[in-house]
Amino acid sequence: MLEIKQLHKSYPIGDSRLHVLKGINLSVKEGEMVAIMGSSGSGKSTLLNIIGMLDHADSGDYILDGLPIKNLNEKKAAEYRNKFLGFIFQSFNLINYKNALENVALPLYYQGMKRKERQELAMFHLEKVGLADWAHHLPKELSGGQNQRVAIARALAANPKLLLADEPTGALDMTTSYEIMEFIQQLNDEGKTILMVTHEEDIANMCKRIIRLRDGVIMEDTAIKQVRAKQHV
Amino acid sequence: MFDLDLWREIFQSINKNRTRGLLSGFTVAFAIMLFTILFGIANGLENTFDELFIKTADNAIYVYSGRTSKPYKGLQVGRAVSLYNEDFEYIKNEYSNKIEYITPKLSRNFQVSFINKKGSYNVLGVHPDAQHIEKLKIKKGRFINLNDIKSHLKVIVIGRLIEEDLFGKTSAIGQYVNLEGINYKVVGVFKDNGGDSQERLAYLPITTVQHIYIGKDAVGEINITYNRKMSSDEALTFGTDLTQTLRQRKNVAPTDQRAIRVNNMALQTKGIETMTGGLGILIFIIGLGTLIAGIVGISNIMIFIVKERTKEIGIRKALGATPKSIVSIILIESVLITALAGYIGLLIGVGVLKWVGPSLKEYYITNPEVHFNIIITATIVLIAAGTLAGFVPAQKASRIKPIIALRND
Repeated sequence: MLEIKQLHKSYPIGDSRLHVLKGINLSVKEGEMVAIMGSSGSGKSTLLNIIGMLDHADSGDYILDGLPIKNLNEKKAAEYRNKFLGFIFQSFNLINYKNALENVALPLYYQGMKRKERQELAMFHLEKVGLADWAHHLPKELSGGQNQRVAIARALAANPKLLLADEPTGALDMTTSYEIMEFIQQLNDEGKTILMVTHEEDIANMCKRIIRLRDGVIMEDTAIKQVRAKQHV
Repeated sequence: MFDLDLWREIFQSINKNRTRGLLSGFTVAFAIMLFTILFGIANGLENTFDELFIKTADNAIYVYSGRTSKPYKGLQVGRAVSLYNEDFEYIKNEYSNKIEYITPKLSRNFQVSFINKKGSYNVLGVHPDAQHIEKLKIKKGRFINLNDIKSHLKVIVIGRLIEEDLFGKTSAIGQYVNLEGINYKVVGVFKDNGGDSQERLAYLPITTVQHIYIGKDAVGEINITYNRKMSSDEALTFGTDLTQTLRQRKNVAPTDQRAIRVNNMALQTKGIETMTGGLGILIFIIGLGTLIAGIVGISNIMIFIVKERTKEIGIRKALGATPKSIVSIILIESVLITALAGYIGLLIGVGVLKWVGPSLKEYYITNPEVHFNIIITATIVLIAAGTLAGFVPAQKASRIKPIIALRND
């Protein structure tokens, strides 16, 4: 599903460069649910951004579902992001003047889907996250947990191969966090491959595999026994 | 290609961000409104000048004669100097390439009567060229022609109001009017925008007047319009040259201002040309300044808009928006607002001109209007400027890296 070899990335800081990723090797199979952990500055977000094609690696290989991701121009990257990836962010990143339904339908708009079709599909996904009744509400009229569920519906709308979550529960209280995690686990049960950056141990333990980064290298990569979020709710 | 969804996106964005739209729209509307009003006032001033000169041609030169005020070559002061047909012919031939139209003119007041109606009118003996110098418009019939001159025909061309006075609603053409005992056939009726007094004049062949009433071939004055190809400076030189030639010809002292007088409109024309020229430059600078201010305003707002929408753009890009779609969504919104606001500003400007226009007459501003072409040009310039001003920020926006835009604040 996902194959990364000798990935390097550095950022310029003044005259020198900050080496953030120092040769990452990573392989993720279909249906996995991986937590990427590390202290801030360990490179976990940079890694996720590169996987999400929001940033370029300096060197190394990145193959997604047999497709080498290299030297993409902006247009191609946009197309791949739209087709292959779904994003879930800590701060939800919904467009504030669009209602829930329109937010969920946005990736479908960029796929070129017809208006009626994409509204039906967006509604289907909203139903799936249990927010059908809230379809015409603006983000500011929804709670944090509801917003994150809208964001998840949006990430799912384009039926991506890979879900990328950047601290998905970072802005939520514990109960809501577990609700969201329960939902993400459910998606994983249905076969979605999920990659998640987090710094909370309990959230990481709800994944099936934990990768720990430190100073741009993988320190530890272990498969764990998944803790079901449902037990906590 | 008409992309309904793209427009839907844009209209939603405008509708949901009204403050932003109003802000940028206001700048554009204000710029166009100022531009419209300024150009309107400039046009009003120009109209005033045009109106001042509508009575006669602005390239006219009038030659008069009078009594000498200085002794010259043994001739005494107070001698009457007259212009004759031969002087007229001389000027006509000598300066043929500098003259557009030329006519001698003899004027007298006559009792003009038709059946039992009569009135006192100023009647002018002229050559056919007078029609063009006086800017007469033939309403019906014809003006004096060369055959009338040659054969001393008793024909008359009357003003529209004389026809009204004497003939009421019936046509004067072909009828005979009586000028102190002599019948003249009416061959034409003319209109003149110079006002009522100009339409209560009548024209006769000058030779007829000379033959019947004077008994010699004296002409009262000579009216000329100079060739428009000449600059006003050349026309002034021509006037001075003509004056000196005539003074010499009539044995008048070269400095005698009374015996031969030449009134050259080129002097006024030149003054007005300088003034309108200066005014034009001023208006141009002000107009340009207004437009530049508008452009700078739009640029600023566009930069602000892109900054404000950074996060949204980042989200859109993460969801698969191509750089092109980002550029078009921002550009079209800017152009749309610019065009709409420009139109509103235009309407307000035209409205203001219509409203205060009539009361500006006393400030030498007549009918302040803006030519449609100028407005269209200005709007197109503004839209182009808006596009240009919006393009750089939009391009920048399309290059925003989603990670930077989406960074948690």
